[in-house]
Amino acid sequence: MNEFMMFSLVPLTIAIIISMTCALLGNFLVLRRQSLIGDAISHVALPGIVVSFLITGTLASLAMMLGAGVAALVTVALIELVRRLGRVEGTAAMGVVFTSLFAVGVLLLEWHGASGVHLDVEHALYGNLESLIWFDGVSLASLFDPQALADLPPQLGRAAWVGLVVVAFVVVMRRPLVLASFDPDFAASMRTRPALVDLMLVTLVAVAAIAAFEAVGSIIVIAMFICPAAAARLMTNRLGVQIVWSQVFALLAAVGGYLLAGEAPRWLGFDTSLSAAGMIASLAGLILLAACLFGPCRARTGAAHQD
Amino acid sequence: MPDSRLGKEVIASPLAIQGLTVSYDHRPVVHSVDFVTPPGSMSAIIGPNGAGKSTLLKAALGITRRLSGEVRVFGRPLVQETRHLAFVPQRSSVDWDFPARVIDVVGMGLYRDLRWWQFGSRQLRQRAMESLARVGMEGFADRQIGQLSGGQQQRVFLARALIQEADLTILDEPFAGVDAATEAAIIQVLKSLRDEGRTLLCVHHDLATVRDYFDHVLLMNVRRIAAGSVDEAFTEENLQATYGGRLSPVQLARLTESPSGRRQEEERRW
Repeated sequence: MNEFMMFSLVPLTIAIIISMTCALLGNFLVLRRQSLIGDAISHVALPGIVVSFLITGTLASLAMMLGAGVAALVTVALIELVRRLGRVEGTAAMGVVFTSLFAVGVLLLEWHGASGVHLDVEHALYGNLESLIWFDGVSLASLFDPQALADLPPQLGRAAWVGLVVVAFVVVMRRPLVLASFDPDFAASMRTRPALVDLMLVTLVAVAAIAAFEAVGSIIVIAMFICPAAAARLMTNRLGVQIVWSQVFALLAAVGGYLLAGEAPRWLGFDTSLSAAGMIASLAGLILLAACLFGPCRARTGAAHQD
Repeated sequence: MPDSRLGKEVIASPLAIQGLTVSYDHRPVVHSVDFVTPPGSMSAIIGPNGAGKSTLLKAALGITRRLSGEVRVFGRPLVQETRHLAFVPQRSSVDWDFPARVIDVVGMGLYRDLRWWQFGSRQLRQRAMESLARVGMEGFADRQIGQLSGGQQQRVFLARALIQEADLTILDEPFAGVDAATEAAIIQVLKSLRDEGRTLLCVHHDLATVRDYFDHVLLMNVRRIAAGSVDEAFTEENLQATYGGRLSPVQLARLTESPSGRRQEEERRW
């Protein structure tokens, strides 16, 4: 139990919060057929963070968050620019922009890695969930000990804040959000500001991606955004029910993935553990696969059919 | 307050457009179009593909940004008065796979009246059901929208506009891809709205039905060609100008004949 409090409670809680937060926003990305935007934004968090480090010289989380946030906005602007100037499809523009920026980020990282500063590629890619140890979490009583609580890793607080903001956004803006996702022209005719809603959604995706970046790394975030929501869509034809399913799947992936990463190798007789983030993403993928095979609402009518 | 310098027609009109210009990539799509929608009329916007009809509507509704021009609703600037307008977009403009039921889509017409802490009430559901009943779709309320036929989807969109109880309903090609029976049902609903004193403005493609359905027309091809009552404006000359001379003389003669003349000719044929 004490071991769990110290080594697992914080990573597990962060994994659950981030997984559920990303899945909540992911519902709307999937419905808008903008799944890739989550991927794009989480990838450019890397160059954003590296550039912010090069400029400020610190790894303070505020500077990192700002850097990643600015990078996300630059990306959205660049995607729009490539789409208009190059006259290519939105997803193509997205693919070009975020892979190039990510590549630049990797190069920058290696270059200043050579100058002897610690910000390593592996953590940026896979996250460092397991390293979030709560040294003062020695027993259940620690949960009520203000001194021990003050020692909680700061990532936990940040993840919780991001989760709260995202939930508040979805609850307060649910009608404009649904309208802007389903029928933006009609939304504009009703003056519910679909363009502003779009911008808020992308911004929150960026915020959630940055929070996720710290814990699970940039490659795996896409699975957090898309898999639970896409699987949930196959379970129901009602948006409210879909959101509930997405949260259940996200919780399942986070808890199951975390425990499996720690335990599964031991069951197989190996004395190691696997990356929790990798296991969570794999499990999310397996859930999606299962929903594709067995979900009750797999039949797609596709485009509106004629009489 | 309406500007006192405005003409009487503009103050009475639920949608008066003046000098409206929209351009994409420095190419005008709609160029300086004027149109005063007569109150209580059923008006059609007519023109070939790419003539800017939908763009005109979207710019008039503030959906697409306009380069210049003024849009007034009962003499006041559009932004203050969008409640007087209901919009029925093209059916093909949305993804019908969206996880929503028919009743959810109709309820979207009420979204701007609901605060975020309010949930749907029985009264709102009742209003949505009444709208659905008017278009003959009350039996489909709990159906997933992707399971509907094209004509049924169009009627759901119409029900969503009805629930807004607007003075002017603007429809973008309401008859595209629907069968004859649905078309008749939709036109019945539109005519009943006009009989209540409401105004309708449609982008319309089928020249053969213009005389039967509408009382006013706007003929346009990027620029305004003609506008007025069907008898005044829906003439051979104006149609030729609108379609750049691509209509055959036989087609034109049939279209611009008055309905009574057509009936006589049909009787003669029998």
